[in-house]
Amino acid sequence: MSQTTVASQTEYNYKVVRQFAIMTVIWGIVGMGAGVFIAAQLVWPALNFDIPWLTYSRLRPLHTNAVIFAFGTSALFATSYYVVQRTCQTRLFSDKLASFTFWGWQLIILLAAITLPLGFTSGKEYAELEWPIDILITVVWVAYAVVFFGTLIKRKVSHIYVANWFYGGFIITVAVLHIVNSMAIPVSLTKSYSIYAGAVDAMVQWWYGHNAVGFLLTAGFLGMMYYFVPKQAGRPVYSYRLSVVHFWALVSLYIWAGPHHLHYTALPDWTQSLGMVMSVILFVPSWGGMINGIMTLSGAWHKLRHDPILRFLVVSLSFYGMSTFEGPMMAIKSVNALSHYTDWTVGHVHSGALGWVAMVSIGAVYHLIPNLFGQARMYSTKLINTHFWLHTVGVVLYIVAMWISGVMQGLMWRAVNSDGTLMYSFVQSLEASCVFIVVGMFIMLYNVVKTVAAEKGALQAEAQPA
Amino acid sequence: MDYGTFRGIFTLVLLVLFIAIVLWAYSKRSKKNFDEAANAIFEDENVHNNTVGEKEKKESEK
Repeated sequence: MSQTTVASQTEYNYKVVRQFAIMTVIWGIVGMGAGVFIAAQLVWPALNFDIPWLTYSRLRPLHTNAVIFAFGTSALFATSYYVVQRTCQTRLFSDKLASFTFWGWQLIILLAAITLPLGFTSGKEYAELEWPIDILITVVWVAYAVVFFGTLIKRKVSHIYVANWFYGGFIITVAVLHIVNSMAIPVSLTKSYSIYAGAVDAMVQWWYGHNAVGFLLTAGFLGMMYYFVPKQAGRPVYSYRLSVVHFWALVSLYIWAGPHHLHYTALPDWTQSLGMVMSVILFVPSWGGMINGIMTLSGAWHKLRHDPILRFLVVSLSFYGMSTFEGPMMAIKSVNALSHYTDWTVGHVHSGALGWVAMVSIGAVYHLIPNLFGQARMYSTKLINTHFWLHTVGVVLYIVAMWISGVMQGLMWRAVNSDGTLMYSFVQSLEASCVFIVVGMFIMLYNVVKTVAAEKGALQAEAQPA
Repeated sequence: MDYGTFRGIFTLVLLVLFIAIVLWAYSKRSKKNFDEAANAIFEDENVHNNTVGEKEKKESEK
């Protein structure tokens, strides 16, 4: 009866996990809804109604902050607190501190939602928030690290499961990135200037920017993948050895890739080349991890037919594979000469963010909600399936549209008049695809609400067709 | 030691470290531990598919 002893030894703190899981869905709708709105502004510029707070330039950082730090990071909080408790078989280190991270993080999101439309920004991409909010982020993040590592220290099992390594790496690195890049000299409560200048400032910014992608949007979500894919598939990860090598290779390589954001700029040439080479090498651990996740289903592929949650998780890995092939390719200088400053980059980011990050989070939340609220399954499996198809079609439409418009822009920018001026320069785009994605999220919210509201144990597991 | 030499040595150290990690991960000695670790996430399976609130768990033990 080893199983019952595991269950009886521990009382997990699910309250904070529930809070973050629910907010993941809410912030997903808000952040993606903001995306739909600014995409509509590209098509119908009149939609800013001549109100400064609603201009594209102010809402765009609101959109990126909302999807990355509100939606994505809430999903990371929820799953990391869940996974670290389940795999360490112990309760969170401190309930009070965990609760502080939840309310602190919500406050930060609220402050971002107020200050960004008002035009308070430090002008650094993905780090726009002004210095008082930056300090608050640091405090909450340190509390997060204390809760997470404190829980690891009091674990009841000897081995630290690989998912926790990825979560731990993500938490430490994001702390370092945030503190270094946000160093600024305040001139007033709402305005500060970076302590770095010129090319150094640009390099620090993209060292931060690309590692926000590498550690927040990749390592953290790989932690999620290493727990929820095996769990949902009902079989251990394909190769635990590979996952160990995957972790060390990924964390030691990602940190170098930042300069590829600054090709053909004032950044020294050797730094650009170094960034390019390291970005290309990064393809190897990325695909190692992707294959490790997908091959976990080896021998159980039939489960994909009946389980839309597993489909979310596995398709997220396919998008991860696609964008980690596309990324190294775009980091090559000659390719970058065509792709940079075009919609192609935007398409690439969304293939990673909507395809990989959002889909793995949605899959994990669908797995979490019934477990957290004492049910065997979600209220409606059919609706999960509908959500899956809406999301997938939306992402594919989005990235294909961006490829076409991006490559076209890149080629047209190469055309010059006889006097050397650009023949074309334009801002244009096309998107209805994001509407699909947001409709899918609303269906998810409905399904979550119905699951949470259902009587305990009312939703029994469905018989699995052989 | 000038900066170039330092970086060269640092790169070499990282390479050796990486090879050591690969050898360790794929050694026969690690296999048993890793297999156990990979399967450990299923140890709480009976909790997994039913009510998991703290109270319910206590009740189920009675």
